[in-house]
Amino acid sequence: MAPSPSPIPLAQRLRAGDPRAVARAISLMEEGGSAAAALHAAILPATGRALTIGFTGPPGAGKSTLVDAFVAELRKSGRTVGVVAVDPSSPLSGGAVLGDRIRMGRHTDDPGVFIRSIASRGHLGGLSRSIHHVVDVLDAAGRDAIVIETVGAGQSEVEIVDVAAVRIVVNAPGLGDDVQAIKAGILEIASILVVNKADLPLAPRTVRQLKAMLSLRREGEADVPVLETIASEDRGVAELLAAVDACATLRPEDAAARRRTRIRRLVAEGAAGEMRRRILAWDDAAFLETLARAARGEIDIDTAARAAMEAQAGGVPLPVAVPQKADRRAG
Amino acid sequence: MIHAGTRPLRVLVTKIGLDGHDRGSRIVAAYLRDAGMEVIYTPPWQTIPGVVKLATEEDVDVIGISSLATDHLIVPKMMEALRAAGLGHVGVVVGGIVPEAEQSALAAAGVSRVFGPGAAREEIVECVTALGQKSRAERVDDYSEANP
Repeated sequence: MAPSPSPIPLAQRLRAGDPRAVARAISLMEEGGSAAAALHAAILPATGRALTIGFTGPPGAGKSTLVDAFVAELRKSGRTVGVVAVDPSSPLSGGAVLGDRIRMGRHTDDPGVFIRSIASRGHLGGLSRSIHHVVDVLDAAGRDAIVIETVGAGQSEVEIVDVAAVRIVVNAPGLGDDVQAIKAGILEIASILVVNKADLPLAPRTVRQLKAMLSLRREGEADVPVLETIASEDRGVAELLAAVDACATLRPEDAAARRRTRIRRLVAEGAAGEMRRRILAWDDAAFLETLARAARGEIDIDTAARAAMEAQAGGVPLPVAVPQKADRRAG
Repeated sequence: MIHAGTRPLRVLVTKIGLDGHDRGSRIVAAYLRDAGMEVIYTPPWQTIPGVVKLATEEDVDVIGISSLATDHLIVPKMMEALRAAGLGHVGVVVGGIVPEAEQSALAAAGVSRVFGPGAAREEIVECVTALGQKSRAERVDDYSEANP
């Protein structure tokens, strides 16, 4: 990295909303490391103000098109917007074609909309490892609303729950029968269900099925509206924004709780990642012996893992012979 | 976030001007993806300010412009706009149909390379990789990374 001509702190420029600083900060967060951690700590006090809205759903349901229309609606209401659109990385090459921009063309000349395409980089769950940090950057940069679009998600990519205050699950007509709708998964984490492409003939049936699914939920759970949209024609989008705003004002106490959970998860993920990195690179003789014993089945994997973790965490050297379960040898 | 790894190179593959033939840009996007890069792919018909905004927000290292119908003639204007926006470090390549006589004007404007018909995958990947690395090494950030 070249030396800086003017050492104005990145955090400061970012908080002033400078798009180049925001873009650079997001790259830094994706890279990780100590500079990213320090920057994150510096901007954290300035976060928590933005309304975060997640869009998830199966590939081809129309998420990007709906986000494009929804962002236009947010702009009409006078709010500035940050968009984080996640697309999958190739598991083979690590590369990606990030094409969410293809459907988000109408905001290319509007400084009130900042769009960033993110590759999942092997992270499962519909988002990317750095998603919380990226959202925090946009939040600290003063964006009023932050829209997060997941990769085309199946049934278990529910991480969006931790990231977005309001979750919109976008469905397209005719993608499954009513048993699909009662399976566990993304439908359960929806604040709002949308049936997009509502002009297609099967749409009324999909709406009925989703409503039937909702009627099976437990008493006392929050009401989940089912809305119909035709994103390509901007239809139903004003109603969607109204539902989002209603949902956000309905449960403000959730925000603080979500934030605490989020920080806890970030700490857990950071610790897990660091531990993984250390153990993968560890070639201490005692540890190699532990691995060999595990390979011979003299100790089980969980026992070896716990011993390795405790030795790494506490700086306590691994015992040469890990206490083993008596029944192992007897068997 | 403790993880510190290398970030894949990020490349914007796009078209400016009025021509909509995007087969070539799709093929190049796939080449670069297969080489492990993150390609931000857009529809054709981007404006010059639009490209500047895209390149800024996406923090790309290289821009690839596909030009098949004289759109390369506005590339020098785009180069100027990129420099004005503080994106002088971003490498730019052009691919498509550019008459030989007009290639020197592009080079003078700061375009690193023009790929014509028949350019090989390896040639493109190698050039974009080198440009991307150069761009990262040369970028001047007006903030201190050590003291954010």
